[in-house]
Amino acid sequence: MTPPLVTTSVQEEDTTEMPKWGMAVDLDACTGCGACVTACHAENNISTVGAEQAARGRAKHWIRVERYWEGSFPDVRLRFQPVMCQQCDSAPCEPVCPTYASHHTEDGLNAQVYNRCIGTRYCANACPYNTRFFDFFNPAWDKPLHLQLNPDVSLREVGVMEKCTFCVQRIRAGTIAAKADARELKDGDITTACVQTCPAHALVFGDLSDPDSRVSQMARAARGTALLGDLGTQPNVTYLQRQTP
Amino acid sequence: MTPARPPSHEQMTADLLRPLLRTTWRFFLLAAVCTAPVLAGLVAWATQAYYGFGVTGLGWPVYWGFYITSFVFWIGISHAGTLISAILRLVDAGWRRPVTRCAEAITAFSLIIGAMFPLIHLGRPWLAFWLAPYPSERMLWPNFRSPLVWDFFAINTYLTGSLLFLALPMIPDFATVRDNSTGVRRRIYGVLALGWRGSSAQWHRLETAMAIMAIAIVPVAVSVHTIVSFDFSMAPVPMWQSTIFGPYFVAGAIFSGIAGLIIAMALLRRFLHLEAYLLPLHFDNLGRLLLVMSLLWAYFVFNERLVTYYGNEPSDMAVFWRTQRLSFAPLYWTMVTCNFLVPLVLLGVRRFRTISGCVTASVAVVVGMWLERFLIIVPSLGHKFLPYSHGSYRPTPIEIVIAFSTFAAMALLYVLFTKLVPIISIWEMKAGATADTVRS
Repeated sequence: MTPPLVTTSVQEEDTTEMPKWGMAVDLDACTGCGACVTACHAENNISTVGAEQAARGRAKHWIRVERYWEGSFPDVRLRFQPVMCQQCDSAPCEPVCPTYASHHTEDGLNAQVYNRCIGTRYCANACPYNTRFFDFFNPAWDKPLHLQLNPDVSLREVGVMEKCTFCVQRIRAGTIAAKADARELKDGDITTACVQTCPAHALVFGDLSDPDSRVSQMARAARGTALLGDLGTQPNVTYLQRQTP
Repeated sequence: MTPARPPSHEQMTADLLRPLLRTTWRFFLLAAVCTAPVLAGLVAWATQAYYGFGVTGLGWPVYWGFYITSFVFWIGISHAGTLISAILRLVDAGWRRPVTRCAEAITAFSLIIGAMFPLIHLGRPWLAFWLAPYPSERMLWPNFRSPLVWDFFAINTYLTGSLLFLALPMIPDFATVRDNSTGVRRRIYGVLALGWRGSSAQWHRLETAMAIMAIAIVPVAVSVHTIVSFDFSMAPVPMWQSTIFGPYFVAGAIFSGIAGLIIAMALLRRFLHLEAYLLPLHFDNLGRLLLVMSLLWAYFVFNERLVTYYGNEPSDMAVFWRTQRLSFAPLYWTMVTCNFLVPLVLLGVRRFRTISGCVTASVAVVVGMWLERFLIIVPSLGHKFLPYSHGSYRPTPIEIVIAFSTFAAMALLYVLFTKLVPIISIWEMKAGATADTVRS
């Protein structure tokens, strides 16, 4: 008797109470300090490319702080908008990938399998938010940054696409830890690097399927909007618009 | 415009076999001139594979550039052959006879070149076989929702069909070469002729096979460039999401294909001294066809632009003005001049529709159609929804060399092909001459 080719691990897992990960961004609170960008680089082993290559569009910022000037002088206002992968429910990047490197997980994440990516870059074209980044070179870091790599995150070789994962390594670690302790995941058990670092608490991460979680409450707020929501991508990131003038 | 006297059957055999049986230093010089840029292109590709994609001018946010432009361009050129020759066969146009094979050869070669570009463009080209649905131990399949997978199947189907369509009518000509040569050449062409003896049963089978292929290849050709257009129109990118892209791309493909065919025919006429076979009549007819396609292309562009303008979607309009009168305007108006104004004057006025007039218009169309694909891809990608992510693209020498080398590759394949296969179908010419005699 040969063992069956397909194991049934997927069916064994309890999928009844699958979380739906989401984020909320309070634009009133964001100061544009850029700590989230630095934290993301450190957490996710995002290689640096140097000033010259960055000027040629090779920098990889899974989260970026977009800066917009509004009004005309002297009545000028500066506005910040952190933009990361919106983890869309109807993600344009997913159907276009010929190899399923870009695909949807059961807990609503828009996953990118680096080893399955062949580098067509179609997903980055389809993404309306331009939050996907191509590895133009093999990863390298200026010393001593090479000593601070995160062992939980794989490095990406030249020729593949990478993007914000909602710190999937933290989500998985937190889920496994909760399971080992035979307890439910609580709101705040899992947090992403950018959220953890944000000094103004402008970023909030959590489970949208739990109506009492902080992120759910913020997502329901009257100020809550989806970035480019009219494109029908159904993002899982909610932006709380500014109330201050 | 009929010739003074059509060549006799013996004359035809001698004229059309001459390039195969006699080789001078000129052939080697031409082959060397074509090979050099091809080698340069291979070196450039190897450089890119070794150092990574950083050697190109691509970057965030414009991730598609010269390679995808060239891909769409060459797949477009491939619509010269098979489609035109199949349609001319189906309507039984007598003047098609000297044109069909050189058109079908363009299809086969430009498809091979065009199909190379997705590989050149891949970040990890050594994994391209993941597009094929094969039973892997990880139970992974390609994503059949992806237009790139549709491309993979469409182009492979079209390539297979085009090669068959090219090869079938070559069988009697291989037999002619076999019967007119000795030694090794006789043995090789004897194998290629697949035992052709010219019996009526064999002719009947060939005619049936040709009729089936001619009908089958037309929908395949139309679907191929429609699917290539889906690469763009399926993605939510400004000015890409357009319902008109399917027919627009097919029309553009046939347009550029005819232009490529006219250029190839003029070169063959000059280099192989086929003045008695490729007549001004053929250029005149193809010139008219090119004019019709130019008008059709202009209609599609006008339609696309007008609908966008009236829709007045802000993201679409940003790209619209970028091409219409901002940074890409010089390229845009060059495209309109090359694809519409030049053909309209040179082909619309009967006095200008000479061989040189047709060739000039064709060169303009080839340039214009290359620009058209570039202008579909780059302005849109550099100007998507969030103003923060706007960007530009400038090709590096690596990309320019690779794009240029494919034109040399096309010429090289053509030069080698004319050395190995009669570029004008001998048996079809004889059949045509016989039919003419009977008719008169």
